[in-house]
Amino acid sequence: MVGVLSFYRTTIGKKVIMAITGGIWVLYVMLHMFGNLKFFQGAEAIDGWAHFLRTFGQEVVGYEGVLWLVRIVLVVSLVLHVWMAWQLSRLSWASRPVKYSRRRWLAADFSGRTMRWGGVFIAVFLVIHIGQLTTGALLNGFQEGEVYRNLILLFSNNLIAAFYILMMIVLALHLNHGIWSLFHSLGWNTYPSKSLKHRLCQLVAIAVPLGFALVPISIVLMGVMNV
Amino acid sequence: MNLTLNVWRQPNANAPGRFVTYPVNDISPDMSFLEMLDIVNEGIVHQGEDPIAFDSDCREGICGICGIVINGIPHGGKASTTCQLYMRHFREGETLTLEPFRARPFPVLKDLIVDRTALDRIMSAGGFISASVGSAPDGNDMLVPKNNAEAAMNYAVCIGCGACAAACPNGSAMLFTGAKVAHMAELPQGQPERYQRVVAMLSEHDELGFGSCTNHGECSAVCPAHIPMSAIARINRELTQAALRGYSSATA
Ligand code: HEM
Ligand code: FES
Repeated sequence: MVGVLSFYRTTIGKKVIMAITGGIWVLYVMLHMFGNLKFFQGAEAIDGWAHFLRTFGQEVVGYEGVLWLVRIVLVVSLVLHVWMAWQLSRLSWASRPVKYSRRRWLAADFSGRTMRWGGVFIAVFLVIHIGQLTTGALLNGFQEGEVYRNLILLFSNNLIAAFYILMMIVLALHLNHGIWSLFHSLGWNTYPSKSLKHRLCQLVAIAVPLGFALVPISIVLMGVMNV
Repeated sequence: MNLTLNVWRQPNANAPGRFVTYPVNDISPDMSFLEMLDIVNEGIVHQGEDPIAFDSDCREGICGICGIVINGIPHGGKASTTCQLYMRHFREGETLTLEPFRARPFPVLKDLIVDRTALDRIMSAGGFISASVGSAPDGNDMLVPKNNAEAAMNYAVCIGCGACAAACPNGSAMLFTGAKVAHMAELPQGQPERYQRVVAMLSEHDELGFGSCTNHGECSAVCPAHIPMSAIARINRELTQAALRGYSSATA
């Protein structure tokens, strides 16, 4: 226990916490994206999926029990993730009081260099997203349990659809570095860059946000084609 | 060749510094970078001014003392030491900005010279193997599997120049510390102190004010010894295992 406590105080310990909590979120967004694809099977499929998420295991933990368990794990993970990101970022800023007059990058790519800003955008997005599609406080005409209808309602506004698509690009960038980096932080070498291991991480990082983006994209297209 | 140098001049650790421009003419492309600086300094001394202070010793890429940030890249971006750079690596008429390594644990002493005692402090914390020094042991009385020997050697080639920390956007010396930890974790002689070592060295690294790694790979890209990023994955794993085994900075 002593070991684990002082582990948390090290820069590596904090990074490992970021990796585990980031990894939990990656698993969650994969499942979430899979669920969203049921949109393309029609209203019954996706509304049924939402219903299933609430009733799953209710004999044991009650209605929405599992859902709340998952939500708690996600919130705790996110708080830890952001908190560690903040602490480590501050250490990084403090470690170079005098900046270089010019900076040239040899290895770091755009997605790696935008991790902190990407995180900030994701945080803002999460608040808006939950307000619109979970609680409905930010969506006029929201109906609990009618996921299909709510999605059509939300994305019939092209600006909101564009915002969601943009945010999925932001997520793809965060994950493009994040998933690859996560394994490295946990001690499994994923270098050199552009190796097969790196490419596999990138595949997941792009496929998941793309899957999410398909829903707003197709609703916008349906609107354009008047179907 | 003709060039323009834009050099960080700082009289001492406490004085403010600034960039000073020096035109450089008639340089042979076959000169080394440090020979070019020697010639520039002759001119400066001729004018009765203080020459540009920079570190060098072996000038063979072995000792690791030389280190200048050239146009934003420690050692100039050829994955060699600064002393192994040649003027043919640069373009005619180019402007070169020369700065010292910048990291909080590397205070500037003068001009381009920084104090890298911090790296020695990390080594003193655990970068060694305790052994009773009686008579010399027989050669080969402790066998090292070939794979381990080669892996250890790939990490042992670190010359401790500090370019990794200078290149890191987070001012982290994780490549250096990782190389030392990984080197000894590969060898049988390193096993008894394996977990104390990683805890002690990393704690020292953190206490000195180096930042944390974000796995960008800038360090490895400038490393004159080509230490791979696997050194960092390795130190992450070693520290995690040490924590799971109950080692802490108090016991190290
Ligand atoms: C909501 C606010 C968020 C903030 C402020 C944030 C911030 C950060 C920062 C600063 C890093 C470290 C970057 C680096 O080391 O280069 C990081 C890493 C990471 N993030 Fe996030 N992030 C957020 C949300 C998320 C979400 C929702 C996910 C997953 C879906 C995620 C997945 C990851 C992963 C996998 C890593 C890599 C961890 C590692 O390198 O060990 N993050 N995040
Ligand atoms: S002077 Fe020794 S490595 Fe450059």
